[in-house]
Amino acid sequence: MSVVEAVSGGNGNFRTSEQADAVVIRFCGDSGDGMQLVGTQFTNVSAIFGNDVSTLPDFPAEIRAPAGTLNGVSGYQLCFSSHDIFTPGDEVDTLVAMNPAALKANLADLKRGGTVILNQDEFTKANYAKAGYTIDPLADESYLAGYRVHKVPMTRLTRDAVTELGLSLKEADRCKNFFALGLVYWLYDRNPQATQDWIRSKFAKRTELADANLAALKAGSDYGYSTQQFTVHYSVPPAKLAPGRYRKITGNEAVAMGLVTAAHLAGKELIYSGYPITPASDILHELSRLKNFGVRTVQVEDEIAAITSTVGAAFGGAFAVTASSGPGIALKSEGIGLGVIMELPMVIVNVQRGGPSTGLPTKTEQADLLMSMFGRNGECPMPIIAAATPGDAFYAAMEAMRIAVEFMTPVFLLSDGYIANGAEPWMIPDISTLSPIRVSHPTVPNGDNGQYLPYKRDNRLVRPWALPGTPGLEHRVGGLEKWDVSGNVSYDPENHQHMIQTRARKVAGIAQHIPEQTVEGPAKGELLVVSWGGTYGSIRTAVLQAQKDGKSVAHAHVKYMNPFPRNMGELLKNYKKVLVPELNCGQLSLLLRSTFLVDAQGYNKIKGKPFLVSEVRDAIERTLLE
Amino acid sequence: MSTGVELPQLTPKDFASDQEVRWCPRCGDYSILAQMKKVLPTLNIPRENIVFVSGIGCSSRFPYYMATYGMHTIHGRAPAVATGLKIARPDLQVWVITGDGDSLSIGGNHFMHMIRRNVNLKVVLFNNQIYGLTKGQYSPTSPKGQKTKSTPYGSLDAPLTPLSVAIGAGASFVARSVDVDIQHLCMVLERAAHHHGTALVEVYQDCNVFNNGAFEFASKKGTKEENCIYLEHGKPLIFGVNRDKGIRLNNLGQPEVVELGKGVSEDDLLFHDEYADDPSLAFLLANMRHPISPEPMGVLRAVERPTYDEAVNQQVADVTNKFGAGNLNDLFNSGDTWDVT
Repeated sequence: MSVVEAVSGGNGNFRTSEQADAVVIRFCGDSGDGMQLVGTQFTNVSAIFGNDVSTLPDFPAEIRAPAGTLNGVSGYQLCFSSHDIFTPGDEVDTLVAMNPAALKANLADLKRGGTVILNQDEFTKANYAKAGYTIDPLADESYLAGYRVHKVPMTRLTRDAVTELGLSLKEADRCKNFFALGLVYWLYDRNPQATQDWIRSKFAKRTELADANLAALKAGSDYGYSTQQFTVHYSVPPAKLAPGRYRKITGNEAVAMGLVTAAHLAGKELIYSGYPITPASDILHELSRLKNFGVRTVQVEDEIAAITSTVGAAFGGAFAVTASSGPGIALKSEGIGLGVIMELPMVIVNVQRGGPSTGLPTKTEQADLLMSMFGRNGECPMPIIAAATPGDAFYAAMEAMRIAVEFMTPVFLLSDGYIANGAEPWMIPDISTLSPIRVSHPTVPNGDNGQYLPYKRDNRLVRPWALPGTPGLEHRVGGLEKWDVSGNVSYDPENHQHMIQTRARKVAGIAQHIPEQTVEGPAKGELLVVSWGGTYGSIRTAVLQAQKDGKSVAHAHVKYMNPFPRNMGELLKNYKKVLVPELNCGQLSLLLRSTFLVDAQGYNKIKGKPFLVSEVRDAIERTLLE
Repeated sequence: MSTGVELPQLTPKDFASDQEVRWCPRCGDYSILAQMKKVLPTLNIPRENIVFVSGIGCSSRFPYYMATYGMHTIHGRAPAVATGLKIARPDLQVWVITGDGDSLSIGGNHFMHMIRRNVNLKVVLFNNQIYGLTKGQYSPTSPKGQKTKSTPYGSLDAPLTPLSVAIGAGASFVARSVDVDIQHLCMVLERAAHHHGTALVEVYQDCNVFNNGAFEFASKKGTKEENCIYLEHGKPLIFGVNRDKGIRLNNLGQPEVVELGKGVSEDDLLFHDEYADDPSLAFLLANMRHPISPEPMGVLRAVERPTYDEAVNQQVADVTNKFGAGNLNDLFNSGDTWDVT
């Protein structure tokens, strides 16, 4: 940070304005304190201002854990910057803690010398006990030594700000998140306009609540301006993003929009069948609003109905999609296998979360790659696409749908909790530049004797997609093994082997119709770091840093998990070492090792949290030294 | 479903696929297949607009034998597959073929939800009170105490009454027939085909290998008249070879068997009303089970209510009318946007 000017406030207070390249803020409080909301608002105004933004919402699985306890702490971290960023940041610059539990749970992530803004009114003996403090963190001099601490009586000041609006005490106290937001807006020189507009529209029917939240927002800002506490305030200039129109997008929004767009590009209507599950439910929520795009959404009775109704819709000719997370995908396995043997197009989205079993529902993990590859009975190969970032999920969803209909196969689209809930600026695409998706349905029989042969394949081994309602093409598909070409039931041993191999060859052949794998960095060298999924940002940043230090390191981020891009094997041979950082116990590295006989080394973290850049940096250094 | 176009007159043979039918000799399934082939040509629906969807079990081979579109899916899931198909294609007539294990055990959940949504599906439940394909384990409709391969000392489970379950789930159409009662089965299938909504037909189907004679009480001439009441809308519940017995409600509102003549006239009997909005009568009829009581056969309930597949598509049309056809560019640009130059 560099001091650029000293400004005089209107009240005669002198203070310094500093310019920063990138700032990491974390809002944290009770899960009922509205921390996700203020985090989202800060993200919006920063994105609109032109900063690059990356976010990490982190909330408990319990909707309302006991107030004031560590279990109930909800946090929203964001990094906003004047240059390209790929992660929400390793260390927090400014921590807003609404109660002692929030401080206790998050202080370790605050960098030395960082700023703490805390709601002093909540720092009571009773709350210390709930948070498990045995000391008074504000009185103990050593505890917060080394940080810039601002104790602000937010509850009282919020009540004062809204006192004339006739709210109940409970309603008044619910405005204190906006007080905190107003203060941080002042501290980082943000324009609150978008938030003010949002408040007015959100509380359009209860204007007294709109007025109260607006008053709290202003009171927070005024507090920063008028007290002597904050001697420095900061500005982060806009980032130099590629020219275009931008919006903020989360991974779940991007998947929903990508699916609708793919359906549009194919001239099809989307049918989405789902069962609520964290963290995939927002895809259902998003799509269920889009009925006027011809989207038919169904919240079915269970995960099995979600996949099997998807199979039914696909047979009927729809663009059929279902989404879930690990436990739901496990339940769908048999239905997905049915889609594979029927060779019908559909997309199954897996927004991965911590497992096994119910695991860590609100935390991120990448531990379902092998389930996607092998988690069905029998030999049951499927293409797998993995999104890299929230914005990339839009393109990944379109690509998954393209492959599904062009190759008549169920396709897995892998996202994760980090991508799903994380947000970033997204350049709005020009629809006319997106490639159309080819879909065709036969109208006349394809057999020599005028009969329809549902499993007669083209040169890519793809079978035709004949729709019910087409005269002369009546046919039956099913879960039993079928004769090649005719599709009739067959228990013939030779035919079974032939069909198993044919289905596998069809999926493997998709490698000829997807882009080659690219690398960032030298085409040959000491180390190739291979990643996939939502870890893109931190690994990209770590590799860039290593490259700046002159290290011979390249980065390959894989989006096509099955089949791998056709040059993957050759590419791996160009480096002496291969490092695969993953949020699992080594699933991609297992696939790379078994597929390409390469000595891929894993770097594995399974804590429900994304990689820090520094962790990957260290792993790169260690690997290079080994 | 009528297209309004003159169609070539189809025959039962036109609905037979080229696949060899492979049920055990004298299985009740043959008769159900034959009656279905008889009924379909009468519906004036083009063959290509009919789809049979089944789960797993002996009965679920059914779609392979029909020259229509068909899906042989996985155990218990046919109602969900068919629901997805109907949402995509409300124009099709979709039949679900299922069994007692398929629909009431592994697929119980989908069965219930299909019915409560009133998806416009025709469901034929082949109830043979046994698992045939897996060679003879007891099913959720097997009578308590039944000795099977998996219950050598007798089953302990109380059986489900499929039609009661369906009525409890809000069924708009429930009916029952017997595999070998050819005319009656044809009549019931035809009624189901014309019903608008989930039409459930339970067919008592003899598994002559693992549960032979389970439904003799309802199939054998001479005894079936004594054990079954053949329902007719608006008519009193009369049964017996000599049609000399009837069902009357006692003071507690419970059905009791009475002999006609001895002070009891037809007017004293319970009259059938398929169209009663209140499901109490249908539920009462469904719960009359042999051997405690004579069993009603035919259409127990046939009421109109909106179908789910049409409602899903209607909502799409309504929202489109309200907001106009969606524009992707507007969608992309929704919320706050900013320009970088």
